[in-house]
Amino acid sequence: MANVDVRATGTGAGHHRSTHGAERVARTQLRAQIATLERQLSDALIASFPDPAPAVAAPVASAGPRVLGLGELEAVRDALVERLAGAREEAFRRGERQEAARALLERMLLAPGRHKFVRVANRDLGEDGCGVWQVRPRLGLIGMLMGWWQVKLSSGCPLAG
Amino acid sequence: MSADPDVHEGWVARDLALEFPALRVAWVTVGAPRAGRSPRELRERLRRLADRFHGARALTMRREPIPAAYRAFFRQVGLDPDVQRTPAEAAALARLMEGGVHSHGPLADALTLAVLETGVPVWALDDARVDGPLGLRASEAGERLGEGELAADLPAGRVVVADAAGAVAVLFGDVAPSHRPGRATSRLRLFTVAVPGVPELHVEEALLECADALSGHSAGG
Repeated sequence: MANVDVRATGTGAGHHRSTHGAERVARTQLRAQIATLERQLSDALIASFPDPAPAVAAPVASAGPRVLGLGELEAVRDALVERLAGAREEAFRRGERQEAARALLERMLLAPGRHKFVRVANRDLGEDGCGVWQVRPRLGLIGMLMGWWQVKLSSGCPLAG
Repeated sequence: MSADPDVHEGWVARDLALEFPALRVAWVTVGAPRAGRSPRELRERLRRLADRFHGARALTMRREPIPAAYRAFFRQVGLDPDVQRTPAEAAALARLMEGGVHSHGPLADALTLAVLETGVPVWALDDARVDGPLGLRASEAGERLGEGELAADLPAGRVVVADAAGAVAVLFGDVAPSHRPGRATSRLRLFTVAVPGVPELHVEEALLECADALSGHSAGG
């Protein structure tokens, strides 16, 4: 009976140790995943500038810095995966919008008369600055009456105040 | 020119070290600065530093190796760096919000200089209140942050910077009021916490940068 008890205890302790070891390895892997996801999320945020950052879930009151358990680390990782997916989806949609705006600008340049007063902002094209491409009549009213249309790029940002 | 102060390596509790093998705490001890305005050179350094920190840098710094390491570590210990900013990002954001790096006295300026120059945060304690080497560990049930009536209760398991007597600061958080430098402080203990991914060189640089900014302006000469 004594032998059985000793063996059972020993096996239990060994199993306990190996479980702890396995959990620590799992936590280490989760932390590595979190670091990778955080880096990718930072890249996505910077790539999306100057568009607003992807929406952040309502901040949860922090319990302060602590060693997170497996479940907590998984929750952090999953939240990052979700945010990253949202950021990439938004980047994809933004790319499509910019592609459409570029195509429109090309059509405006090719046939200004068919795109009277249409405007495309540089920002819609994914470019910096406040410039706006607009189809306007050459020489004002005369151009309107004669059908002389051109694409003009307004430059610069409006002055503050 | 005075010699650089010795950089001391702190301890990390075993359970914490097993989880974060590269986590470390280090410190230097320097004379406390005289009360009053920061010296002209220090204010000038802050001004030059502000010129290097524009909006784009504040945004892209999260991709730089050291700020990125702190961001990742924040996530790993349950802090959201988009809610509680990492020290370097908080300093960069403050520079944008205030339209410059404004002087707030010699000690605050030296701490700001160190974090903006190196990305590694530095905190200060009244050295006379610190009992032995600093280290990192999880707080125990019923433990308080510092001593006296202003000492706040700490929940068990919070990662704290501690000395032989107890917790003196929450990791990346508040310093115990009882250990904050004050008018009577003659020597400061400047400490930093390096997270995995932060090279040793930068840890020393942050501490020595801060010590250097304070040297020559200490109450003791």
